[in-house]
Amino acid sequence: MTLTHSPAGSATRRRRGAARQSRAGMAFVAAYVVLLVAFGVLPTAYAIYFAFTDAGGTVTGFANFVTTAQDFRFLDAVSHVAVYLAFWLLSLVVFVVALALLLHRLASGSASKALRFLYYIPGALAGAASVLVWLFMLDPTVSPVSSLLGALGFHTFGEVIAPGNLPLLFTVIAFWTGAGGWIVVMYGALNNIPADVMEAARIDGAGAWQTAWHVQIPMLRKWIVYMVILAFAGGAQLFVEPQLLSLASVGVAGRDYSLNQLTYDFAFQMNNINGAAAVSVELLVVSVSAAAVFVARSGFFDAD
Amino acid sequence: MTVDKPSSGPERVSSKRRAALLAGCAATAALTLTACGGGTTGTTTKDGFAQVPQKDGALTVWVDATRVEAAKLYQQQHPHVKLHIVTYDGDANGSNYLQTKVQLFNRTGKGWPDVVFSSQNNEVTWAVEAGFAAPLNKGLIPTATLADFASGANDVCTVDGTAYCLRNDLSQAVLWYNAPLLKKFGYTVPTTWEDYQQLGEKVAKEHPGYLVGDAGDSFTPEIYLWASKCGANHVTGPKAVSVNTSSEACTKMARLMDVLIKNRSMSISGVFSTDFGKNEAAKVLLMPGPAWYGGALFEGTFKTPAKQIAAAPIPQWKGETAPSTGNVGGGTWLLSQHSAHIKAATDFLKWVTTDNAYQGEKAPGFPAYAPAAGTWLKRQDASGYFNGDLSALKAASSQVWPGWGSGQFSQEAIWAATVKPGLTQGKSVVSMLPAWKDSIVKYATSNGYKVSQ
Repeated sequence: MTLTHSPAGSATRRRRGAARQSRAGMAFVAAYVVLLVAFGVLPTAYAIYFAFTDAGGTVTGFANFVTTAQDFRFLDAVSHVAVYLAFWLLSLVVFVVALALLLHRLASGSASKALRFLYYIPGALAGAASVLVWLFMLDPTVSPVSSLLGALGFHTFGEVIAPGNLPLLFTVIAFWTGAGGWIVVMYGALNNIPADVMEAARIDGAGAWQTAWHVQIPMLRKWIVYMVILAFAGGAQLFVEPQLLSLASVGVAGRDYSLNQLTYDFAFQMNNINGAAAVSVELLVVSVSAAAVFVARSGFFDAD
Repeated sequence: MTVDKPSSGPERVSSKRRAALLAGCAATAALTLTACGGGTTGTTTKDGFAQVPQKDGALTVWVDATRVEAAKLYQQQHPHVKLHIVTYDGDANGSNYLQTKVQLFNRTGKGWPDVVFSSQNNEVTWAVEAGFAAPLNKGLIPTATLADFASGANDVCTVDGTAYCLRNDLSQAVLWYNAPLLKKFGYTVPTTWEDYQQLGEKVAKEHPGYLVGDAGDSFTPEIYLWASKCGANHVTGPKAVSVNTSSEACTKMARLMDVLIKNRSMSISGVFSTDFGKNEAAKVLLMPGPAWYGGALFEGTFKTPAKQIAAAPIPQWKGETAPSTGNVGGGTWLLSQHSAHIKAATDFLKWVTTDNAYQGEKAPGFPAYAPAAGTWLKRQDASGYFNGDLSALKAASSQVWPGWGSGQFSQEAIWAATVKPGLTQGKSVVSMLPAWKDSIVKYATSNGYKVSQ
């Protein structure tokens, strides 16, 4: 006897298969949602509750926001973070894209693999460890590049960490620790540009520069926006670099340089956790708003 | 020092803790369906505070790396006591680790250490308000014991007449000097700041490269400006401070420092910086500094050979009858109000601050407990490291000028962030006195202090 393959049975099996897949997907998503709620949404909601209440739990409206904004360090911290963000985002976009394009040009040889590995290494170091490496590098007395620092006019650690140098120093440290991963991501995105598009550009007589400017960079746009959104959010929360530099310099670098440090100071130095929460909520609002602007302007979620 | 103890403090903390516990329970229950228990019911008011039910169990003491030896020695001598020794940074450099943790423990309702050492003098400015530090002179520590501490030693621990901590060591400043080198150069130890400046000018000319002091550390104002009775940090009452950096007392010391910094007989590197250790440690002729410089800096960090370093009284301005000295640190011990082992904790606290076995025989710093200080000085003499005796330290222990206090805001942090970068850029101390004052006023106001100028 030959069993006939009924279309109705096939459709049922497909439905069952789809349902199983859907359940599996739901299970995976559910686990993520639980974690997101536990460690993302609830703490955020708790912080927002803190920001609008006082130590006794009484609703105070915007009082915590006003108090913290009137603190003499607030505007300084805002300007420090703004300058740092300008340095950091600019250097990230320019150098990451440039290095990724360079890496892509070298795609054929073993040099590419070696370079990708090299770019990745700093990112593999934990944030604090990377900063400690830099503290070592920036102290002319012990730095392996002390002659270079000397040539730039820096002979003591105090001279290196002069307040005016801090945005640049934090940018260099952050770039070194965070850019490698993005270079590898951009390299992957460049590999995804269809070969026929590149071929068409070549046949049309485009050189390396024109291909990069007119073909590759426009096709990387969404990745660049993605990088800028995350880098903006991360940069606005600048903390580890100035905090460790402050400890290493015994306070010269200032322990209220960034907004996040100020938050820490409010919470644990001045016993004002509600004020700290208010500054944190402001950072959240700024980061989410910036992300929204970038997404809206770039068509980040538009279907291709 | 007197600091504020708001009447609503304990109640506020308690209600905060309850609110935090409730919120914590709600969040945790939603995720794990576990119930929250605990609480502080069944407290008994004794020794001036509400004590939690006492029970057996390990005594938890928090110490910095240096004080581990003290805890281990106590354990050796008291084998029957279950001791849980936890090492932390001791709040070095004002890290606020203890305060941070206590705030978290206040929220979770558990985790407080029974006894804790801190290298900071201003812990009670928050620890009393946070309901952490237990009063010690209401029954726990006998009055006779407290009376044996050096005069003024426990001022930093006292709030409205109640002692909330015990001082571990004093950090009165003296004038350290390299005796054979001074003799070789044909100089004598200066007894006045005027002579000190003259000597610095001579050294700059006759032995360039050698140093008569260092102005590169965050505690520079405590060594020089406090000794000059500069009223930059006069904590006048609960949450009140008087700030004046333009008096003659301040400017004459600032001028002296500027002369010596300019002629390079005073370094601006900072004695613990790598460049000082590498380039200048062997060039120290004189160095005003705290009691702990002898062992920790000269013997420990600089590895200066034995029989070279000696201590003299810190100079005084001409016309004054006795030197005034500043104070650079000195640790404190606190006992937790939340301890369930108060008897054992008190015994440990008393032993660690007063017993000769540690304070006299082992402690690296000058003991705040006067009877132990005598033993400590004899031990220093017997060690053979110092050139001559250290009686200058004993004299200085009662010469700390009382016009400078330990507020909640950090003078060291303010100096480091405001004045130190300017020194590096070649600015004079005199020119930065207004900015220093401005910064102190801002930080004090921000911390809720009423500032008079």
